[in-house]
Amino acid sequence: MEQILTVIVDGIIYSAWLFVAAVGLTLIYGVMKIVNLTHGSFYALGAYAAASFTGAWIARGYPPMLSYAVLLASAAIITLVFAPLIERGILRFMYAKDEVVIMLITYALFLILEDTIKLIWGVDPYFIAEPYGLLGSFEVGEMTYPTYNLILVGIAVVAGGGLTLLLQGTRVGKLLRTVIHDPEVSRAMGINVDRFYLITFTFGSFLAALGGAFTAPTVSVVPGLGVEIIVLSFAVIVIGGMGSLPGAALGALIVGLVRSAAIHYAPAVELFVIYFVMALVLAFRPRGLFSLAEPRKI
Amino acid sequence: MKGDRTLIILGAVLLALVGAGPLLPQWAMFIVTIAIAKGLVALALMLQLRAGLVSFGQALYYCIGAYTAGSLGRFFGISDMLLQMITGAAVAAFVAFILGFLLARYRGIFYGLLSLALSMILYGLLVKSEALGSTDGINILPSTVFGIRPDQGSVRHVVLIVGCAVAFLATLLVNRYLGTPLGQLAAAIKDNEIRVEYMGASVREAIHVKYVIAAALSGIGGALAATTVGHIDPDMAYWTTSGEFIFITILAGTRSVVAPFLGAMIFGIIHTVAFDISPNTWQMTLGIALLLVIVFLPEGLWSLFGRRKAA
Amino acid sequence: MAVVLDARDLNKRFGAVTAATNVNAAIEQDSVVGLIGTNGAGKTTFINMITGYIKPDTGSIHYQGRDITALSPREVTRIGICRSFQIPQLYSSLTVFENMMVGLGVVLRNAGLGGFFSRGAPNVPGYDAPAEAVAERILQRFGLSDYRNKNAQVLPGGVRKLLDIALTMVAKPTILLLDEPTSGVSAEEKFGMMEMVMTAVKAEGATVLFVEHDMEVVSRFAQRVLAFYDGRIIADAAPEIALTDPEVKRYVVGGELHRMDEQQGAANA
Repeated sequence: MEQILTVIVDGIIYSAWLFVAAVGLTLIYGVMKIVNLTHGSFYALGAYAAASFTGAWIARGYPPMLSYAVLLASAAIITLVFAPLIERGILRFMYAKDEVVIMLITYALFLILEDTIKLIWGVDPYFIAEPYGLLGSFEVGEMTYPTYNLILVGIAVVAGGGLTLLLQGTRVGKLLRTVIHDPEVSRAMGINVDRFYLITFTFGSFLAALGGAFTAPTVSVVPGLGVEIIVLSFAVIVIGGMGSLPGAALGALIVGLVRSAAIHYAPAVELFVIYFVMALVLAFRPRGLFSLAEPRKI
Repeated sequence: MKGDRTLIILGAVLLALVGAGPLLPQWAMFIVTIAIAKGLVALALMLQLRAGLVSFGQALYYCIGAYTAGSLGRFFGISDMLLQMITGAAVAAFVAFILGFLLARYRGIFYGLLSLALSMILYGLLVKSEALGSTDGINILPSTVFGIRPDQGSVRHVVLIVGCAVAFLATLLVNRYLGTPLGQLAAAIKDNEIRVEYMGASVREAIHVKYVIAAALSGIGGALAATTVGHIDPDMAYWTTSGEFIFITILAGTRSVVAPFLGAMIFGIIHTVAFDISPNTWQMTLGIALLLVIVFLPEGLWSLFGRRKAA
Repeated sequence: MAVVLDARDLNKRFGAVTAATNVNAAIEQDSVVGLIGTNGAGKTTFINMITGYIKPDTGSIHYQGRDITALSPREVTRIGICRSFQIPQLYSSLTVFENMMVGLGVVLRNAGLGGFFSRGAPNVPGYDAPAEAVAERILQRFGLSDYRNKNAQVLPGGVRKLLDIALTMVAKPTILLLDEPTSGVSAEEKFGMMEMVMTAVKAEGATVLFVEHDMEVVSRFAQRVLAFYDGRIIADAAPEIALTDPEVKRYVVGGELHRMDEQQGAANA
């Protein structure tokens, strides 16, 4: 019983992290119908920016409790620097191309950004542990968890709830849903689809950067941070259904719990099991559990 | 058939390489042999690309071929190059035969993502596998050919010769396959699957066959690479490895069976030069090159050599 | 004449929409049958069920005595029933000639010829000539020889239609289902095109069912008419009888034939 509780708590924390990491990807796919591999880059950029800004913040003796705001701000700043540049500068000329070609283009951009990060920050690891330890810890049964992990869960809930509210409750959300349904018709109705694409890409990337920023205090920030995130995020949104918000949540939950179970009961298959579940879902429910994407299948 | 002429060129080039072998420095022979190994994988990708399918996880079979070769040496003491390549191809083909039942049902990004997931599954398994050396991988036994072990000085040359011969034979067979009705179905599948079915052919079957052939080719490439490098590790299944193959294929285009080898050669040169100049910007160089090719040479390098027909 | 295709009691619903209700039709060998009806009346559903694209909820379809209800489009094609499409389904990146060759290649392969281990140019079953010769022959029959080396995607509308139909001939079908063969073709060209198609098709000996909205084409080329409305066949007779049937006039033909009647009346006055 004790173990199951641990598995669940661990699973939920991991799921929250996965959700924040993956939701931007599904948003961009849902609206723009592109598979965006620079997602991993923004995650890494968020982590590095957070490391730099927060490190500087703490070094100058500013209030450590505000470092959480700095994490947030770092993600925002770094996104605003790179996202519009990428979308307006390169991507927007490519929308007419085949979806796989666009995926390849974002792959090329990802490669470029990986090295850009190395050029800016070098290859040595960065550590900013302070925000992690500051909030102390809490206990569940016999296990102790850093309270910091709850922040991640909190962000996941806020992000998920906020996006849902945005899409269902606001006028902007309604317009966005129109664009999702049919960009051509939306354009014909006078909706500024280009602007929506820019905003979506930026916001989706911001969410990735946010995930990276808030992960930074828990790991050593090194090159290659963005790579695994991409495949994990894909696993999450494929399982949940590409382009679906509740799908991303469900996918994150499933992957999180499955991985947690694997770590506790069969650690050897930890990496394997996530991709296995993805392959399974693709095999039996290719549209994911809730989905907008139609897999091209005879 | 145009293919025949390009094959003669390929044959001539390979022959020249083989002959010039002793004159080439060791590192040059290394690059060329790796280019041939990767060229085989790019050829495999091309086979699928002609049908409109992009495999984001071809490294799966490359790695299977490599690990088969390595395992033959480590666990069975078999160091014969040819045997390793053939077995690598066979194991890869077998796995592909099974996985093909799943994969042949998908297209577009789902085909890509599923193939990616499968390659990452292998990666995950290998990393956790102590028996197979985990992240350190295993070293390959020095190669033998027909029971003879070449001496230190000439082993690279021997590997090059055997590699060239096998690659040439494989390309010949693939070229012939492309001339058969099933082989020619690729463009039709890409254009209009419905029509293909209504003509009485099974699209799924055709794709399954191509998938298996592609796996076999990749397996040979992997085994050859393993022999050349002398070492195998799980990174061979990692998705960035698949990305390199994709780049080579995009660079090469799908017009000719010879193009993948040209692309691999150019890739090898870019890689070596870029790494020499600045190891920290290799990925950036690759990324920029990929972007440029996609935007300006969508048909690949081969299109520089003349268009087959007006659009 | 022998019945080559027998549809019995076909019923099909898509949710709230009834696409077929008790559809019965026995098609005789070598006959030419016109299928008429307004959009949504069930003509294409009928064709889709015959070709195996959709399965009827109840009922069966028999071809040369064999139950083919459960077969897939691919299998149906292979046993000799081929169809053309309302919107031409072509291989857009290939030339007209290459389109034909792909089709002939498939036919060869299905017959076990022309594979990896074969030598030379085998004869296409049913045509007794190698693939290239057969392709030329069919193209010529359809007046497409001039377009031989043009890419399918640059072809004008009427030519695309012809190619689409020509492609159905590669398997030398026993039954040909033409879905609106003259749609998108200008009024003056319709008759000429239909004439060419029929000649080409009949030269290889086939039973033809064609969906058509132009009643003049129907009365000129069909020996028998099946009129559809709301998923049912409301008339099954020779054109003169079917086209003047009051129900058909009301539900299918509409005003058009009234005009024809008036013209006839005026001419007779």
